Amino acid sequence: MTARRPATVLAGILLAAAAGSVPAATGAIATEGDAGRGKEIYARCGACHSLDYDRVGPHHCGLFGRRAGSVEGFEYSKAMKNSKLVWNSETLDRFIADPLKTVPGTRMGYAGIPDARERADLLAYLRASNDGPECSQMSAPRR
Amino acid sequence: MKHAIRPTGIAIAADDRRSFLRRSGLVLSGSAIALLAGRESLARDEAEGAAKTSDIDILNTALGAELEAIAAYQVGAESGLLQKPVLSLAVTFQGHHRQHADLLAKTVAKLGGKPVEPRSKYDFPVARLKNQADVLRFAAGLEQGAVSAYLGAVPVFGNRDLAKAAASILGDEAMHWAILRNALGEVPVPSAFVS
Repeated sequence: MTARRPATVLAGILLAAAAGSVPAATGAIATEGDAGRGKEIYARCGACHSLDYDRVGPHHCGLFGRRAGSVEGFEYSKAMKNSKLVWNSETLDRFIADPLKTVPGTRMGYAGIPDARERADLLAYLRASNDGPECSQMSAPRR
Repeated sequence: MKHAIRPTGIAIAADDRRSFLRRSGLVLSGSAIALLAGRESLARDEAEGAAKTSDIDILNTALGAELEAIAAYQVGAESGLLQKPVLSLAVTFQGHHRQHADLLAKTVAKLGGKPVEPRSKYDFPVARLKNQADVLRFAAGLEQGAVSAYLGAVPVFGNRDLAKAAASILGDEAMHWAILRNALGEVPVPSAFVS
């Protein structure tokens, strides 16, 4: 399956809207994010991702400006390797909103984060982390 | 009512299944019934195309995370930092993850996919684990992430019975997370919803 059912999308929108999300599932990029809130949102990624080492998903240090599917030694899906995406605020926002729609065939079987504000916060955290000590101490990508 | 999906395996007795369906009013698709009853060939025939491939990918990603969790609990158990009864709890939770992994691997195989194998080496941040609380916090982070991962996977499964099985695992991971938070002295259930 490469796209979510309309009912599922609607349910996500309703849940986000009911929770007071601003603005829920608009797809718009919120330019200002809160890194503190983003850290809490990043905990959702903790089953598969870490900042400084590869797990089920690749590490996130050095993410901005990196070509998708390019972490050396990490086994990506063909879809991700061939996506021709370069990770920046716009491409990450689009991917996190709906991974399976943005890169059909990605192994990241996750419905996405429909709330633009939450995505902005998450990206703010990732940007801050990439500039912070945890990533600066990462001398070389670890596996 | 008996459960349609038992945590230690996929197959259910035909009589149990018919009885469950009759009483619950649920109607399962042919492929779902074949999968749950262990009829691999029928499941393969009917669960075709992109939806099946996507389901296999989702299951394999979850399997990879479960295998990592098993390894992480092993590191915790062997660290010498965990005292009873926390150590017993960790071993119990590790056993749950083994059961999840076993179910996921069998399901991937029955769908015609190749289950991912445990990695030869996992790179855990062991240098940051200096006491029992550190280990518990690390485990709690994995469990919280697992809850979110399964929550994000449930709506994207093509097969609704796989979504149901994932939701069942999600519930177990959420209980792990709550217990670990409680052991750390944190509010066990921090909110009414998980995300």
